Amino acid sequence: MAVNGAVTWLRRAEEIDGYDLSASDSEEVHVLAVDDSLVDRKVIERLLKITSCKVTAVDSGRRALQFLGLDEEKEANGFDGLKVDLIITDYCMPGMTGYELLKKVKESSAFREIPVVIMSSENVIARIDRCLEEGAEDFIVKPVKLSDVKRIIDYMTTDFREGEERRRGINKRKLRD
Amino acid sequence: MERNPLRRQLQIMRKSLFDQGYLDEQFVQLEELQDDSNPNFVEEVVTLYYRDSARLILNIEQALERKPYNFHKLDAYMHQFKGSSSSIGAKKVKAESTLFREYCKSGNGEGCMRCFQQLKKEYATLRKKLEAYFQVARQAGPMETACRPK
Repeated sequence: MAVNGAVTWLRRAEEIDGYDLSASDSEEVHVLAVDDSLVDRKVIERLLKITSCKVTAVDSGRRALQFLGLDEEKEANGFDGLKVDLIITDYCMPGMTGYELLKKVKESSAFREIPVVIMSSENVIARIDRCLEEGAEDFIVKPVKLSDVKRIIDYMTTDFREGEERRRGINKRKLRD
Repeated sequence: MERNPLRRQLQIMRKSLFDQGYLDEQFVQLEELQDDSNPNFVEEVVTLYYRDSARLILNIEQALERKPYNFHKLDAYMHQFKGSSSSIGAKKVKAESTLFREYCKSGNGEGCMRCFQQLKKEYATLRKKLEAYFQVARQAGPMETACRPK
């Protein structure tokens, strides 16, 4: 899982100008948090802010897709906005489940590289496996703890930084085309 | 032991909430998210919980007035209620929610009804205790109940 995340980050960074040392304008990771529960949204938002992330919290998969600009029914309003670096979504939601959201993100050429983490109160192996098979980066069992969020943000930002250092080393030797 | 009487009272109330099983470790997790920039975080979350719970309890009550019971719907409501109860560390309420869902899964209407009455009692008790706790907390001023590791 961590390896996939590292590769994902590396690939994204390489697609952008080789000299560019940061894929996003700021150091902060921008997380899109999706949960229909008011209480859980408040908690996850706080957990992410404490881990120094920028957070956008929405209450449904539909709104998450709208935010990304993927919703078919509403026209993308050309909102470029903040790039999303990570999606954390609840599994059980009315309307679109977290699993369905995961699939939609992974099916999209524009957004499939964004790591998606699933949260669920139910610790069901079959569910976890299904999400990981569909491309989820990780799976958190609720209630969410600070250590869960720290773990995820840590290995993502570490992989990115390590990836950057590796890339810089390679670019020094390699000719850019 | 706190020398300040209000803080001492707060400590005692807090300990009792845990010792008597009303709250679990998740409440401590919330306390660790509280700091000078967010000094009332726990109370804010709990206040949202009351709002959410009131809605869900009403929904369940209305659903229990319609026979035959729609167990699927009842379970869905309780799943939400269990989730938010779990998120604030409401241990006894969470346990009753779990039981209610068991009754839903086995289609036991009587069980659901009985369990729901018990759940409402537990919820009311917890709410009363937490309201008293936060009232003292506000009077006592900022207090280090749990230290967030830096």
